[in-house]
Amino acid sequence: MFWTVTLSLLEGFLSTIKLFALTLLFSLPLGLLICFGSMGRLRILRAVLRFIIWIIRGTPLMLQLLVIYYGPGIFFGINVWGTSGQGRFMAALIAFVINYACYFSEIYRGGVQSIPVGQYEAAQVLGMTRWQTFKKVILLQLIKRIVPPISNEVITLVKDTSLARVIAVYEIIWNGQAFIKSSGIIWPLFYTGAFYLIFSGLLTLLFRYIEDKLSYFR
Amino acid sequence: MPILEVNNLKKKFENTEILKGISFSMEEGQTISVIGSSGSGKTTMLRCLNLLEFADEGTITVNGEKLFDASEKLGNPDELREKRLHFGMVFQQFNLFPQYTALENVTLAPSLRGDGRSSEEILNMGKELLDQMGLSDRMNNYPHQLSGGQQQRVAIARALALKPDILCFDEPTSALDPELTGEVLRVIRELANKHMTMIIVTHEMAFARDVADEVIFMDSGIILEKGPAADVINNPAKERTRQFLSSLSSH
Repeated sequence: MFWTVTLSLLEGFLSTIKLFALTLLFSLPLGLLICFGSMGRLRILRAVLRFIIWIIRGTPLMLQLLVIYYGPGIFFGINVWGTSGQGRFMAALIAFVINYACYFSEIYRGGVQSIPVGQYEAAQVLGMTRWQTFKKVILLQLIKRIVPPISNEVITLVKDTSLARVIAVYEIIWNGQAFIKSSGIIWPLFYTGAFYLIFSGLLTLLFRYIEDKLSYFR
Repeated sequence: MPILEVNNLKKKFENTEILKGISFSMEEGQTISVIGSSGSGKTTMLRCLNLLEFADEGTITVNGEKLFDASEKLGNPDELREKRLHFGMVFQQFNLFPQYTALENVTLAPSLRGDGRSSEEILNMGKELLDQMGLSDRMNNYPHQLSGGQQQRVAIARALALKPDILCFDEPTSALDPELTGEVLRVIRELANKHMTMIIVTHEMAFARDVADEVIFMDSGIILEKGPAADVINNPAKERTRQFLSSLSSH
């Protein structure tokens, strides 16, 4: 039984990791775009993006999942997600990407704003171009400042993926829960915790390594 | 021909007029100290010279070349960068780049500029400058491993590495512990002895008097008094200058 459960949970966890990795892959750069837009010169774009960030950060991710999955059908009568598991995964992915991109954009914005003006001015009087200033002076300081808050978000994301089960994405908790109905045992559900712990433990080590690498300057 | 001619610079922030028409000129190799109470516009004037701010009115001419004319359009970013390089700037807060060593701070801008010097030449120049600053044993330290006085000396070497015509100092010792100001003032004095052209905004009156050829006293956006250093500080012509100087010595 233990092996049957482990295999089933592993299968679910694969789905969890896929959702996790793809969310990061798209939301980290999308967050940067949103950050630029929300700090940019276009006032309308700025207002729109700040509004979206407010909505996304101000409502539960679970609700956002439901709206993105059921919304198109209910409000427009169109079935964009199909009936397959792939469609549901896609809907979940989009909800996660939008949600996390908004959080990341705010982290980037905080990072950019925390760089002292003097750094830009020093680069300016030394005749550097804007691109040189960003690449050679600002970027590494920015990365150093955003790694701790980003690592927080990333570890939250590991656990947030479990919300995808509300639209029947078969991630690890879904598979664990299934054993309650099929075999009348609850321990597989508790067992899922071990998978989360190991994975977030590895991520913690990875981020600690990155922070160590950047600790040579202040 | 004067190396620098500043003509009728005016600058407003929101509705407050910070500079109300600043004009002066200086010769190559001269050192000018700028004194005056905070808010008198000293820093704003330096920032206008370095084109960190753009004056609303007036012109700045270096070696006969008009760098800035408020009545004309600004040049494109590349032209602006070239013009800025006539001036060097040493900031009150040093503004060293924390992720680079002392030596890298000095060599970064010259190597990005690609002015024909090989990377080895630039490296040697950087070492030489830091050596002049008395920092030959600190070249590979990061800014946070250096004292304030050492950081400021790195910042001076960094500014010199681009061979500016005129080096500006914005209260270079104001952020330092009193026991560290001496080492910074000493290297500025050495530069003056080598006839580096310098404009120094400072609160150190004795230093201003000893190191500068001329002193400018600024008061609420104008140059109230300008003259040989010893005259202005020891024997000011204007009552307001006298007031300012005695307010300093009283505490």
